[in-house]
Amino acid sequence: MKMVIAIIKPFKLEDVRDALVAIGVHGMTASEVKGYGRQKGHTEIYRGAEYVVNFLPKIRIEVAVPSDRVGATVEAIIASAKTGQIGDGKIFVTAIDQAVRIRTGETDVDAL
Amino acid sequence: MTRDSGRMACGIAATLSLVFAAAPALAQEMTSKIDGGDTAWMIAATALVLMMTIPGLALFYCGMVRKKNVLATMAQSVACTALCSLLWFAVGYSLSFAGDAPWLGTFERVFLRGIGMEATSVFAPTIPELLYVVYQMTFAIITVALIAGAVADRMRFSAFLWFVAGWLLFVYVPIAHWVWGGGFLASAGVLDFAGGTVVHLNAGVAGLVAAYVLGKRHGYGTDNFAPHDLSLAVIGTGLLWVGWIGFNGGSALGANARAAFAITATHLAASTGALTWMFLEWSTRGKPSVLGMITGAIAGLGAITPASGFVLPWHGVIIGLIAGAICFWACTWLKLRIGYDDSLDVFGVHGIGGATGTLLTGVFAVAALSASPDAPQGSPGLFEGNARQVLIQLYAVVAVLIWSGVLTYILLKVIGLLVPLRVSEPHEIEGLDLTQHGEALQ
Repeated sequence: MKMVIAIIKPFKLEDVRDALVAIGVHGMTASEVKGYGRQKGHTEIYRGAEYVVNFLPKIRIEVAVPSDRVGATVEAIIASAKTGQIGDGKIFVTAIDQAVRIRTGETDVDAL
Repeated sequence: MTRDSGRMACGIAATLSLVFAAAPALAQEMTSKIDGGDTAWMIAATALVLMMTIPGLALFYCGMVRKKNVLATMAQSVACTALCSLLWFAVGYSLSFAGDAPWLGTFERVFLRGIGMEATSVFAPTIPELLYVVYQMTFAIITVALIAGAVADRMRFSAFLWFVAGWLLFVYVPIAHWVWGGGFLASAGVLDFAGGTVVHLNAGVAGLVAAYVLGKRHGYGTDNFAPHDLSLAVIGTGLLWVGWIGFNGGSALGANARAAFAITATHLAASTGALTWMFLEWSTRGKPSVLGMITGAIAGLGAITPASGFVLPWHGVIIGLIAGAICFWACTWLKLRIGYDDSLDVFGVHGIGGATGTLLTGVFAVAALSASPDAPQGSPGLFEGNARQVLIQLYAVVAVLIWSGVLTYILLKVIGLLVPLRVSEPHEIEGLDLTQHGEALQ
């Protein structure tokens, strides 16, 4: 099992969800997060006072998938979240030691 | 009683009784000039001006602060409304509008004593005096509440309450008497239709002094003080803008053409102020900000306030244009150059705007608008050949500036001996909502 974590642009969330559903990934956790990478921040001006905002709003999604589905999942996220502009985000893949579905007690791949 | 005793007599006594009977009838005729139309409009105008503070100003201000100080900022408007109302009822009205001494009113109307069903004020002879009391009460409320913007994010709530009470009684009340209650500035002939000096300059100067006495906010110049939700400030501006129809239109103290002229000039000045600030910002900073538009509107509104019942509609456009430009300069250049931390620009918008409008009133005043049976010559300004009026306006600006500045300073220093003016630095960092009020936005 692998955990696919993707940081994406907020307005791409629905596209990514649709793409994942289309390849049979049914389940995702999404959080509103702030961060920065190469995209740097932006400047806001309020009555002449300038503030540099370094942390930009992003969406962090977490998808747990069987190991053999990682490639397809990553491909789907890239295809649906990409705009070609700076700030499209990143994808990280990590291992999952254990998974349990709380309602039934099913474990590991059965629990995904 | 007089009539009954007269009827019991006969002969000459009966004739006398007619004289006595006539006296109360005549008195009634003189006092019962209360006009239904005027009264109806002034009740509506009173509600509009109260709405300017709660929720208008509360929303305008709270939208511009950080999320941790939203409730504390609203609390200032709400507490100010409640406290000023009671003090106005107790002594404020009497010391402002009873008697015609040059410096201060009298205690004749203390606790609204002697105001019956038929009573009217000499300043508003066609509406019940009690209505005039409440209408003026709403002005006192918003003037004090305006100052809160200068000390937002750092003033201790208990110190603020002391300040509200002291400032109302020692600063607002005397100045209201000088300008509107028959005091020395009224005698000098100053033109202030709805509060360029009494309300805006007064609050603006107090804000500047208070910002200076309290000192800068923790993190000023380094931390991000961006407004947490400007949409609230936009709603607040809308309520202020609409409420200003009652503020300036109601200052005609009747349902008449002068109210219509005041409302028109007011709305046009707000519109011009908003566009002026917007285009100036667009051309110098690259983007037309929403905060800029609403600030420009308030600048135009503050500046037209003293002039509104003395000028023509197109004068409102000119005054809005000048106010928008000067206040833009004050908030984006002067403030940074001098380096005071007036959190929400009470001085830059209301102080500068109020002074500008008061002076321009002396320039543009049209005698025909203020002519009345009692004063058929009206009040002309510079453009009608009365250059002296500008000097009288300047005299009022200087008098209010000095009194408000000095008394505000003394008052804060005295309160500072009793209770710290600011919250502690850790509390300021944590936010006033939680540390002052035990509540927070989620």
